Amino acid sequence: MDAIFLQILNGLDKGGAYALIALGLTLVFGTLGVVNFAHGALFMLGAFCAVTFQKLLTISKQVKDESITFFDAFKEQPYLEIWFGDFGTTIIDYSVPLSILFAIPVMLLVGLIMERGLIRHFYKRTHAEQILVTFGLAIVLQELIKSWFGANPIPTPAPEIVSGSAPVGVLLGMGESVVYPWWRLIYLAFSAIIIAGVFAFLNLTTFGMVVRAGMMDRETVGMLGINIERRFTIVFGLAAVVTGLAGVMYSPILPPDYHMGMDFLVLSFVVVVVGGMGSLGGAVAAGFLLGILQSFASMNEVKSIIPGIDQIIIYLVAVVILLVKPRGLLGREGVMED
Amino acid sequence: MSDKKNSAGWSRRDVMKAAGAFSAAGAMPMFFSRGAWAGETFRNDPGKAASVKLGFNVPQTGAYADEGADELRAFKLAVKHLNGEGDGGLMNTMKPLSLKGNGILGKKVEYVTGDTQTKSDAARASAKRMIEKDGVIMFSGGSSSGVAIAVQSLAQEMGVVFMAGLTHSNDTTGKDKRRYGFRHFFNAKMSGSALGPVLKKEMGTDRNAYHLTADYTWGWTQEESIKETTEGLGWKTAKTVKTPVGAGDFSQYITPILNSGADTLILNHYGKDMINSLTQAVQFGLRDKEVNGKTFEIIVPLYSRLMAQSAGKNLKGILGTTNWNWALKDEGSKAFVKSFGSEYGFPPSQAAHTCYVQTLLYANACEMAGTFYPPEVIKQLEGFKFDGMGNGATEYRAEDHQCFKDVLVVRGNENPTSQFDLLEIVQEVPRSQVEYDAKIFGGELGPYKV
Amino acid sequence: MKAPTLKKDLFVMLIFSAVILTMPFWLEPLGAGYPDLLQKFAIFGIFAVGYNILFGLTGYLSFGHAAFLGVGSYTAVWSFKLFTMNVLPAIVLSVLVAGLFAAIIGFISLRRSGIYFSILTLAFAQMSYNLAYSVLTPITNGETGLQLAKSDHRIIDRLFSEAGEGLPSTTFFGLEMSGYSGFYFCAVLLIIAFFISQRIFHSPFGIKLQAIKSNQTRMKYTGYNTRPYLLSAFVISGMYAGLAGALMATTDPLAGAERMQWTASGEVVLMTILGGVGTLIGPMLGVGIIKYFENIFSAMNEQALHQIFAFMPDWLADIVVAITSPFVGEGWHLTLGALFMIIVIFLPGGIMEGIERIKKLFSRKTEKPVQQAEDNATS
Repeated sequence: MDAIFLQILNGLDKGGAYALIALGLTLVFGTLGVVNFAHGALFMLGAFCAVTFQKLLTISKQVKDESITFFDAFKEQPYLEIWFGDFGTTIIDYSVPLSILFAIPVMLLVGLIMERGLIRHFYKRTHAEQILVTFGLAIVLQELIKSWFGANPIPTPAPEIVSGSAPVGVLLGMGESVVYPWWRLIYLAFSAIIIAGVFAFLNLTTFGMVVRAGMMDRETVGMLGINIERRFTIVFGLAAVVTGLAGVMYSPILPPDYHMGMDFLVLSFVVVVVGGMGSLGGAVAAGFLLGILQSFASMNEVKSIIPGIDQIIIYLVAVVILLVKPRGLLGREGVMED
Repeated sequence: MSDKKNSAGWSRRDVMKAAGAFSAAGAMPMFFSRGAWAGETFRNDPGKAASVKLGFNVPQTGAYADEGADELRAFKLAVKHLNGEGDGGLMNTMKPLSLKGNGILGKKVEYVTGDTQTKSDAARASAKRMIEKDGVIMFSGGSSSGVAIAVQSLAQEMGVVFMAGLTHSNDTTGKDKRRYGFRHFFNAKMSGSALGPVLKKEMGTDRNAYHLTADYTWGWTQEESIKETTEGLGWKTAKTVKTPVGAGDFSQYITPILNSGADTLILNHYGKDMINSLTQAVQFGLRDKEVNGKTFEIIVPLYSRLMAQSAGKNLKGILGTTNWNWALKDEGSKAFVKSFGSEYGFPPSQAAHTCYVQTLLYANACEMAGTFYPPEVIKQLEGFKFDGMGNGATEYRAEDHQCFKDVLVVRGNENPTSQFDLLEIVQEVPRSQVEYDAKIFGGELGPYKV
Repeated sequence: MKAPTLKKDLFVMLIFSAVILTMPFWLEPLGAGYPDLLQKFAIFGIFAVGYNILFGLTGYLSFGHAAFLGVGSYTAVWSFKLFTMNVLPAIVLSVLVAGLFAAIIGFISLRRSGIYFSILTLAFAQMSYNLAYSVLTPITNGETGLQLAKSDHRIIDRLFSEAGEGLPSTTFFGLEMSGYSGFYFCAVLLIIAFFISQRIFHSPFGIKLQAIKSNQTRMKYTGYNTRPYLLSAFVISGMYAGLAGALMATTDPLAGAERMQWTASGEVVLMTILGGVGTLIGPMLGVGIIKYFENIFSAMNEQALHQIFAFMPDWLADIVVAITSPFVGEGWHLTLGALFMIIVIFLPGGIMEGIERIKKLFSRKTEKPVQQAEDNATS
């Protein structure tokens, strides 16, 4: 029983992460009609915002280890600690949550530059060309990160106070062994808030209504005298911020490396397409569905019946859903079907 | 990464000289060495050329790019030392030594590089380029056993010696061993044997181990070897679970551990998988857990310092093994760290060490054989006993081309004195404890002459 | 659209054959004239030419074609292990098995179109890859890849001769399949494959496929059931991929799971788009560029750069080397990525578009070549 409960919790946690990572992609996909292969790179850039911010905070005074003469071995002490003592240490400890404040303007800027400088010119080009140009961009971005930060992952730990596990079981009157990492619970809550925020923005504001109208019929909206282009730029910026934040928050779970974007690219596409093109709700539903099924497929009991099922479950579910429901869970007719 | 690339490589003058020499070699390809094996033709015979080429095939892109970069630094350093430049490095401490610091058999050493991308196909394509186009007489490098095994069989087909870099699977010198492939690095079997006594001392004989294993050949051989050792100590094995390579998030494999009754987690992962699974296991509070009245422990059988950097403080106090560490105090290790450190400004990794040693060993074997003719070089390497290379007295076993030497059991350092001081040496397990019968893994070396 | 005459086709064929067969000579100065890379050009040429039959003609963007290449490779190596080192049965078997595999996957995937189709093909290929890497290891030998062993049965070979001391090598009735002879073998097959592709493009079947691309709904209204045509195109391109996979195993008897990974599928998509979707020659150019970068640019280091720029004065060469070195060796991905962007930004329609523009500059003819009309991808 405990095991099942843990696996459900784990599935929700994974699902929340998948939904959040895919959210930006479905925004760009659904509203702008652009196949953005640089989406993974945005996720990676977000995570590296956390890395950069941490590096900035931990700029250190270096005390040389005199016993080693042929290279410089240092004992490092961050200036923040030297200047502010314990308070400095606390700031460094909270570098990941604090870097959200750093990541929002940076990712917004990245998004705006990308849209204005590149993506905008590809709205009317073929999907094939969109793929090639955004894939090229993704490679360039990740190689730049690699040349600066190296290829190895960089540890970006969560704050000490939430680095361990929450005694979920004790709180719910279950076994003591039912524990779950604080940070993953925070991630789940964070994705819920961001997803709700994006929904509210698109459904409750005039801006959102215009954008949704633009998704349906760009020309008519344009004829009404509304500058839809500018709004599209903002949507892309928003997508970049959401994706970047997903990356920031994921960095304590997965120490960032330059290649992490590519690793999540395929997954994001599967989530968005299974959810149905042009549907935010679909992407979220698909994220949770895939997360929970993957979690259960990885249980030893399941694996012993069907060996290797955990390796393919996501793709298997994708195939089944797309065969049963032609446009994914909640997809609209006619979006990206030809 | 501050990499003093310019000082590492070649001065322009060297290059010009070498280029001239090489074109001269190209002009008279029909001459063969007139030694004792006159008339024996073999691939990429340097003949009367003034220089000889080695190929360094390392991952330059992909997950192991940093490790590959470090290997490449070591190779360049080895070439320098072979040509009599720099401080000579391990050539000062190696015994017995036939090298003279004038290249190999009087020929200046040049090198070409390539990117394996940590993919078998790309690695083979790159190796073929070196052999077919650049005319290398030996090639080396690597960061994964799959790649090592794939290029090793190519070496056999092409008749060019391959000196493996970092590869830890038992198969490389076990069921997939080849006459033209040699491994200096240790393997999973040796990791297991070395860990055994230390585990017994630190954790007792009554433990219940849970394995998470990367689902491919290296992971399997390591799981098998470690399981054999721990069960020999009297430990139980709660469960062995295979995880997909590159899973990223391992949480769905960690949650079942909480209820399994296991008190020890063994992570048969390497590289990114290991960093992620360890980071996440620690987040699940495994290390704060008490099971059966014992503190929960995590073991990472194969360690590297580069990985330790990425796992951060999660690695503190965790046991594992490594082939070599820069903090060793023997003459050979000191000489190598000094030479590498003053060249690049940071200490070498174990991958760099094994690649450097392999290059020197090959060159030395050529000197001993007095020819580049591969069958003779191979015969010199087989059963070669040497010392002063950082691992104590070492032997290249003739039966399977595996080096036998001391193995280090290490622990993530609790109180590092510098940014490089990440692993603390717990014990140098003597060679006699990690030796095994070559027959247990089967396999066949194949013919000398191809 | 007016189909070009057979005479013009034959003329193109002749030029194409001449260019392919003389590759060892004209690629030598570029540093690419060695057997392995030449073989790869030819093999991936077949792969891309076949892929273009599906993508270029119908606009259906498959993201899973590497699976057929992988299946072809595995089949070929198994044929070497079980039956004979002669490559003929291996190639025939591989093409058939890959075709069968493509028929099954195509039958299911073609029930959907657009992005949904792409994801279905991607899902099948990723499942094949993941399973081949892990649980199917008894068949595929997992990460290490399927290799020949001395203990293999090789029942047909054993009828004629005893096993030798080392591992046998692949032959085509005595002709060695490694080195230059291997290249010429692949090149001849490429030329045949190209010829077939050319005939398909200009056949009534090809015209119908193009009509599907421009408007599937209208095709349906006129009473055409488009599915059989699409499925045929899918299976044909799958068989091309199987042939390419078989040739990879032929020239180098090893088959690894990573040949089926999504990045491998993505590579052929990129090659096709880079060269020019729907053009006959374009995919070949894309293959050339990507493989050249992967094999030659990745192998350059400062030493090699110094040799290249040795004609310059010392100080200038040092500067040039310092500027160029981040883009070669470990930086070859960066250069490739930048190249993708530059080409697609300035040359919609890929390299073939560039060639067309140059052609137009030199001739005032307004007659558009047929390829241009096919140049629109999915919309």
